[in-house]
Formats: sequence, C-alpha cells, structure tokens
Amino acid sequence: MSKREKQAIGQQILAAFRAAGAEEVAPDLLLPAETLLDLYGEDIRARAYVTQDPIRGEVMLRPDFTVPVVQMHMQNGAEPARYCYLGEVFRKQDQGELQPEHPRDNEYLQAGFELFARDAEADAEVFALFHSLLAPLGLRASMGDMDLLMDAVRALPLSGARRAALLHHIWRPRRFARLLARFSGQPEPRNFSQPIAPWSGLRGREEMQRRIDRLQADAGELPLPAIWVARLERLFAIDAPAPEALRQLRELAAEIPDISEAVERLGRNLALLAARGIDTDGIRFDASHGRHTMEYYDGMTFSFVAEGHADWPPVATGGRYDALAAVLGQGRAIPAVGGIIRPGLVHELGGLA
Amino acid sequence: MIRLGVPSKGRLMEQTFDWFAERGVRLSRAGSDREYAGRVEGAENVALVLLSAGEIPRELRAGRIHLGVTGTDLIREKLPGWRSHVEELAPMGFGHADLILAVPDCWADCEGLDDFATIARDFRAEHGFRLRIATKYHRLVRAWLSAEEVADYQLVDSQGATEGTVANLTAEAIADITSSGETLRANHLKIISTPILRSQATLLRSVAAGDADAVQAFADRLGL
Repeated sequence: MSKREKQAIGQQILAAFRAAGAEEVAPDLLLPAETLLDLYGEDIRARAYVTQDPIRGEVMLRPDFTVPVVQMHMQNGAEPARYCYLGEVFRKQDQGELQPEHPRDNEYLQAGFELFARDAEADAEVFALFHSLLAPLGLRASMGDMDLLMDAVRALPLSGARRAALLHHIWRPRRFARLLARFSGQPEPRNFSQPIAPWSGLRGREEMQRRIDRLQADAGELPLPAIWVARLERLFAIDAPAPEALRQLRELAAEIPDISEAVERLGRNLALLAARGIDTDGIRFDASHGRHTMEYYDGMTFSFVAEGHADWPPVATGGRYDALAAVLGQGRAIPAVGGIIRPGLVHELGGLA
Repeated sequence: MIRLGVPSKGRLMEQTFDWFAERGVRLSRAGSDREYAGRVEGAENVALVLLSAGEIPRELRAGRIHLGVTGTDLIREKLPGWRSHVEELAPMGFGHADLILAVPDCWADCEGLDDFATIARDFRAEHGFRLRIATKYHRLVRAWLSAEEVADYQLVDSQGATEGTVANLTAEAIADITSSGETLRANHLKIISTPILRSQATLLRSVAAGDADAVQAFADRLGL
C-alpha cells in the first residue's frame, strides 16, 4: 500500500483539524528519552526505539506526539489553544513466543488534535470532531470516564493509605482486585524479623520502617463492607449504549453520591453531543474503557474501532490527560484533551470520502 | 551434512559431550584446545560447530546450524517469537539455572512480589525516580513483571557482576540467573517469589535450516 495515499488521507484529516481552529505543529522525530521513560515506564521502553546521541544522551524515535505537543504548548502557549499534527510514530512490535504471520507496522502515521482549555465543552468538542470526521467509516465508538471510576474509589470508606493504593493500581485490574479482596477481609498481622544482613542499597532503613508502621496501622482497619465491593463491581461492569449507561449510572449514584458530579458531567457531555447532531445511542459507554489503556488518561477516554478487524488497534483513540499535563507542567495545571487517528487504517477501510 | 552447534568451552561443552556420548555419539575437539573445529564419531553426515553459547540462538534462527545446544534462558531472551524459529527436541538435564528477582536481604518487609510492587511505588514517591532493577534479561523480566502487573520500576542494563549493583547504588534489585544462590548470599541479596524462568541446557532444532529427514534420522540415532 502506498505511503503517498496514506499521507494524502493524513492531510485530509489535518485539513479538517485546521478547519476546527487548530494550529499545525511539527514536533521533532528524535525526542529526549528520559521524560518519556519516566512518564510511561518500561511499557514505552519495550515499544520505542531508543538510541544514543553523544551530546543529548539517550534519545527516542518519537513513540507518540502528546508529550512534545504539551511541552511546546507550555513554552509559549496560552489557553485556550488547539494544535494539530501529522507524522510518523515508531513502535517496536515485539512478539511473544510466536512470530505473527502479519506483523503490525512499526512505523505509521498519526494525525492528532489536542485542545488545552478550561472549558466545560472541551470533551464534547474533541469527541464530536473525531466522531463527525470518522462517520463515513461506520466504526464502533466507545467512551469511558476514568475520573468517574476514581471518584467511586475515593468514596470508599477506607483509610487514606488504602484508598491511595487502590487509586494507584486502578489501571492494573488483577492487582486492584487483589487489593480490594484484601481490604474486604480481616488483615493478617505480619511480623517482620529485624534483618541480620548489613544494610545495603539506596532504600533507607527509615523508608522500610515507615512502610512497616503503615502495615501495622493497616492491621487495625475494619474490613470494607461487602456492599461497597458490590457497588464498585456494578460500576465497573456498566457497558451499554450511552443514554442507557447514563440511566444506570444515575441509579448507582443514589448509592454512591460521590459519583453524582461525574455522572452529571457525562449527562451534560451527552447532551452537548446530541446538540451537535450526534446520535448518542450509537456511542457505547463502557465504564472500564480507560482501565485498559496506558496509565495516561484521567477523565473521558474514547476509541473508534473497526468491527471485523479484531487484530487491529483502534482506528482512533483519545481522552483527557490533565494529570500527565500537570506532571509535564511542573506544577502548572493545564486541562488537556485530545486524540489521534491512524490514517493508514482509514486508508485500508477505503478512505473518508 | 547436518551442522550441530555446541558451546565452545567450559562445563557446558563437557557436559554436552557426555550427553551425546551416553547416546553413542562421540564429540571431540579436533587438534588443540584452541581450535574451534570438532570431530563426530558414531554418526554419519554430522559436523560439529563450536560456538559461543550466546551466539547459538542467532545461528539457529538464521538456519546456519541444524541443531544447537544452549540454555532455555538465552533462547527466550534473544529470539522474539522463538517458537516460530526453533523446536525443543530434548531438555538435557544439566546447566540448570533459574532466572530470579532478588532484593537486599535487609529488606525485612519484602517477602513476595506484592510487597515488591508496594515498595517500588513508595520508592518512586520518595526518590523521584523509578526503582531500578539491574539485569541483562530485559525482555524476559519486562514481560514477566508486566504479566504480574508490577509498575513503578525501570530496568538498568548490567552485562556482568550484576549482584554488585545494589551495593554500588546503581540498582535497588537485580534479576539474574542463579544455580546455587551462593553469589546472591555473598552479596546480601535474597530471592523473592517463584523463578521468572527455570532454564536448562536444551537440544534445539532450527526451523530455517530445513533437511528435516536427515535431522530426524540423527534424532532417531540419539533415541529421541
């Protein structure tokens, strides 16, 4: 398949993003590795091409656009700001025990749109833009909301330490389930013998002592009532056409009042989408949608998937990533929402026209 | 002619020679100890190729040797999609070693992987960077930790003397091959959890090298 045709589709998407008010930016292909590795951890090292520059140190062939676009915005941007871009990203497709017959591309185009704004309509603006652009392809649109899940976890009658542990592992379903099971039972007291071996390594004695103190305090915690586990499980399992999901969420909000704000925000977003002419019955709201993505999005998440191509990645993905932008902003909080489309997959589906 | 790749030195070579001798095939080095050519007695049309154990996975994949002897650890680490490239004909019962995760012995509060995950999270919050695990088995360790849903760590490359990295403050934990655990103990490290991989010397067949009938005949000759 010709690169020029994919590039042409990318340009078509880019034109639509520009028409939506975005300024086109062109981040570097070689990015400093350290920031990306610290943010994404080993997930990205396994996937990204890392190389050495004698002056700049470890550099990475651009694995995604979000980080350089956020950094660019922070240096010279003022909110609200809309950016778009088109270019290659590079991802190793390290296979497991068997080599796939049709390996996925390790170099492909992404066309993206990022919006930095303190605006209640920002989520709806981005989702609607992607939805209308991709409408000719008949993709399955899914939506989730990580903030809603995190509000539900914050609402659990637990100690601060337990709540923090659950929030930290919300993207790791089995570890999360194990923690929840442990917090629901009577904790087994643990006794640690004083180490005989000499102290070694960077982790200090006092760090270990703090953790042991925390564990001892935790042993006195009351078990989480089963009703809360059931409520959380009900929430995580919600997966229905958006208006129906909203109805179920409102019902659940009667039992978990702390999610009401996020639920009503979803209600307003759906109303905004409907006002923009989108049939919200055609959007699937899957409460656990964002739990399967990289640890990255902390609000609305969305994806557009081509049905009948089970082995494809989503044609488009995106979401809100305020926390990531805050980390990169070194204290300066920038509400950020955006997404990418893969022009290569759009091309395989016959293009947008 | 079937090409059989065997580690070129040390105990691994000697034990490989013994293993074949027990099955009626005598392997030996031709000429002096320094010459990397070999002799095969007791089987027709088999040539012995002496190689560094670490190169055997690559040679098998390329099909430059039909059969090769190397550790399971090297195959799984060095050959992505290994099942598509080699077939395990026989575990050979020697060269046993486990790939393990070890932490300082003084970490009294670390008794398993769940503890480790929590310690990694605390460490990152305290020190501002991810807990470092020194290893040369990057792919195996990363895949295992990902399957176990451990986050907040980073791998740092260590091609030798890995057990020393913790005392040298260049890593907080190590993932390495151990057979007896003596080096770990000497460096005040302890193993947590079950092994990432149990490895042993294995006889492997290259898919790319072909000549399936001749290879099968030789395998029959070895009683496999």
